[in-house]
Amino acid sequence: MIPERLLNALILLGLIAVPAWALWADEPFTITLATRAVILALAAVGLNIALGIGGLVSLGHATFFGIGGYAMGILAFHAQSYTALEIGPLTLEGTKSMPVIWAVAVVFSALAAWGIGLLSLRTSGVYFIMITLAFGQMFFYFAISWSTYGGEDGLSIYLRNGFPGLNTLDPIQFFGLCFAILCAVLFAKARLMASPFGLALNAARQVPGRVEAVGLNPQRLKLVAFILSGAITGLAGALFADLNRFVSPTMFSWQFSGEIMILVILGGVARLFGPVMGAVAFVMLEHWLGGLTEFWHIALGAILLGIVLFARGGLIGILTGKGAAHG
Amino acid sequence: MSSVLLAEQVLNGLQLGVMLFLTAAGLTLIFGVMGLINLAHGSLYMIGAFAAAAVAGATGSFLLALAGALAAAALAGAIIEMAVIRRLYNADHLDQVLATFALILIFSEGTRWVFGSFPLFLDTPDALSGPMSLPGGIEYPKYRLALIGVGLAVAVGLWLLIEKTRLGIQIRAGENDREMIAALGVDIRKLYTLVFALGAALAGLAGALVGAIQSVQVGMGEPVLILAFVVIVIGGIGSIKGAFVGALLVGLTDTLGGIFLPELFKLFMEPSSATSLGSSLASMAIYILMSLVLIWRPTGLFGARP
Repeated sequence: MIPERLLNALILLGLIAVPAWALWADEPFTITLATRAVILALAAVGLNIALGIGGLVSLGHATFFGIGGYAMGILAFHAQSYTALEIGPLTLEGTKSMPVIWAVAVVFSALAAWGIGLLSLRTSGVYFIMITLAFGQMFFYFAISWSTYGGEDGLSIYLRNGFPGLNTLDPIQFFGLCFAILCAVLFAKARLMASPFGLALNAARQVPGRVEAVGLNPQRLKLVAFILSGAITGLAGALFADLNRFVSPTMFSWQFSGEIMILVILGGVARLFGPVMGAVAFVMLEHWLGGLTEFWHIALGAILLGIVLFARGGLIGILTGKGAAHG
Repeated sequence: MSSVLLAEQVLNGLQLGVMLFLTAAGLTLIFGVMGLINLAHGSLYMIGAFAAAAVAGATGSFLLALAGALAAAALAGAIIEMAVIRRLYNADHLDQVLATFALILIFSEGTRWVFGSFPLFLDTPDALSGPMSLPGGIEYPKYRLALIGVGLAVAVGLWLLIEKTRLGIQIRAGENDREMIAALGVDIRKLYTLVFALGAALAGLAGALVGAIQSVQVGMGEPVLILAFVVIVIGGIGSIKGAFVGALLVGLTDTLGGIFLPELFKLFMEPSSATSLGSSLASMAIYILMSLVLIWRPTGLFGARP
C-alpha cells in the first residue's frame, strides 16, 4: 500500500520521465501519447470538480470539450484562410495565438456551462444525467449541420498554433506546455478543495438541507462548480484540437462524455489525481491493447465493470488501499 | 405542400413513434420497478436485430426471425440481469451509468467480433412488401403500416398485462414498495429478472422490426437508446403512459420538423440558408422539446412529483 501523496508524486514523475526518455530515445510518438494522456487528464480533472466534489453526474461534458475544440478550430481556420470572422455587426480577425484561443475557449465553455447548468440544475438524479446528455446531443447535431466549419467532416488546421517563446511544433515543447497547464490546474484545484467554497460544495453534495440551513444556497454552489468544471474541460478541448490539428463533431459525441467519465472512475472519483491516473491508464490500455487486438473495447468494458462492481475507489483506491473517497 | 405529403409524414412520424415506444417501454419499466438506469438497452435492441438477421438468413422465415429476436434479446437480458445488473440495484446512478456503459462496449465489440463490421440485411416479408392504397389517394408501404399496427398492439398488450394480470399487480406493487411485496411472499429477485427480460424482449422486437427497413449493424442501438431516453424523460421516468405519449411526440416532432422547419424558414429567408438552418434546427428539435418539458415540469409529463 502506497501513501496517496507518494503515489501522486510518482504519477507526476512518471509523466515527466516517460517523455524525457522518449526524447532521449528519439521516439516522438511516445511524447504525443503522453501529451494525449495529459490533455485527457485535464478534461477529466474538469469533470471531477462537478462529479467528484459537486456530485453532479454530467453525461454531457463533451459539450464543453467540443466548444473548446471549435473555439480553436474556428479562430485558426479564419487565420489560415485569411478571412474575417463576422458575428453580426462585429468583424474579427482569426488568430493563431494559443493564449488568445485558450481565453476564448474558456470564456465560451464557461458561458455554455452557465446556461446549461442554470437549466439542468432545476432537475436532479436521472433527469440531470439525461438533460446534460440532451444538451450534448444538441451541440453534436448543430456541429454536424454547421457547414461553414466543415459539418460532419470537421476542420483541419494545417499548422499547430503558436505560443510566444516556444516552438509548439516540437512535440516535447508542446508536451511541456500542456503539462504545465495540467499542474497549474491541479494546484488550483487542490487549493479550491481546501477553500471555504470547496468545503461548502462538498457539504452541498452530502446534505443540501443543512447547507441551506446555515444560509448558503446549494444550487448556486453547484452551478459555480459546474461552470468551473465546464471551463476546464473546454480548455482541454482547445489543447486536444491543437494536438490533433483537427476538430470534428465527434468531440461533442455522447460516447466521449462517457469516456471522460470512465477516466475519472478508472482513476478514482473525488481524488485530486484520480483523473490523471485514469487518463494515463486509459491511454496505455488504448495503445497496448489496441495494438494487440482491434476489439480492445471488450477488455476496457470488462475492466470498467470490474472497477464499478468490486473496486469503487478506482486505481488510486486499490493502490493506496483506502477504497472509495466517499460513498 | 400537399395534404398527401402531410399525411405520409404523419404516418412516418407515427411509425417512428411506436417503434420508439417499444424500446422506451422496457427502459421505463426497468427504471420504474428496479430504479435502474440502463444504457445497455440499445445493445439489446441490436442483439434482437442481429438475431433476426441470422435466423432469417438460416431459415428464410420472417416470423421465425422475429421469434428468434425475442428469444435472443430476452435471454441476453436475463443473463446480464443475473450476472451484472442485479448487483447495481442498490448502487447510485453513477455506478449504473458506468457499468451499463461498460456493457455497451462489451456487446458492441463482441457483436463486431462475431458478425464482422459489414452491415447485414433483413428483408421484409413478401406478404408485406409494396405499397397499400389508403383513402385520399395515399400510397404507403404495407410494412410500415404493419409496424404501426404491431406497435399499437404491443402497447395495448402491455397495458393489459400491467393493469389486468397478476404479474402486472406484482410489477406495480414492486414499483411502490419492494419490502412489502417481498414480505407478502413474492420472489422479488425472480420478478426483477422477469421484468428485465420482458423489457429486453421488447427492445429486441423493435430492433428486428426496424432492422428490416434499415441495415443491421453494430452501433445501431445507440441512436435509438438516446431517443428512447429523450422519450422517457419527456413522459416521466417510470410511466408507461408517459413513454407512449413521449414516443409519439418525439416521433412526430422529429419527422415533421425535418420537413416543415426548412419550409418555414424559406418564408422569410433565402432558400439555401433556410434549408441549412431549418435542417440543423430540425435535428435539434427533440432535444429542445425535451429541455422545454423539463424546465416546465422537472419530472416529465407523467412522472411522479417529488
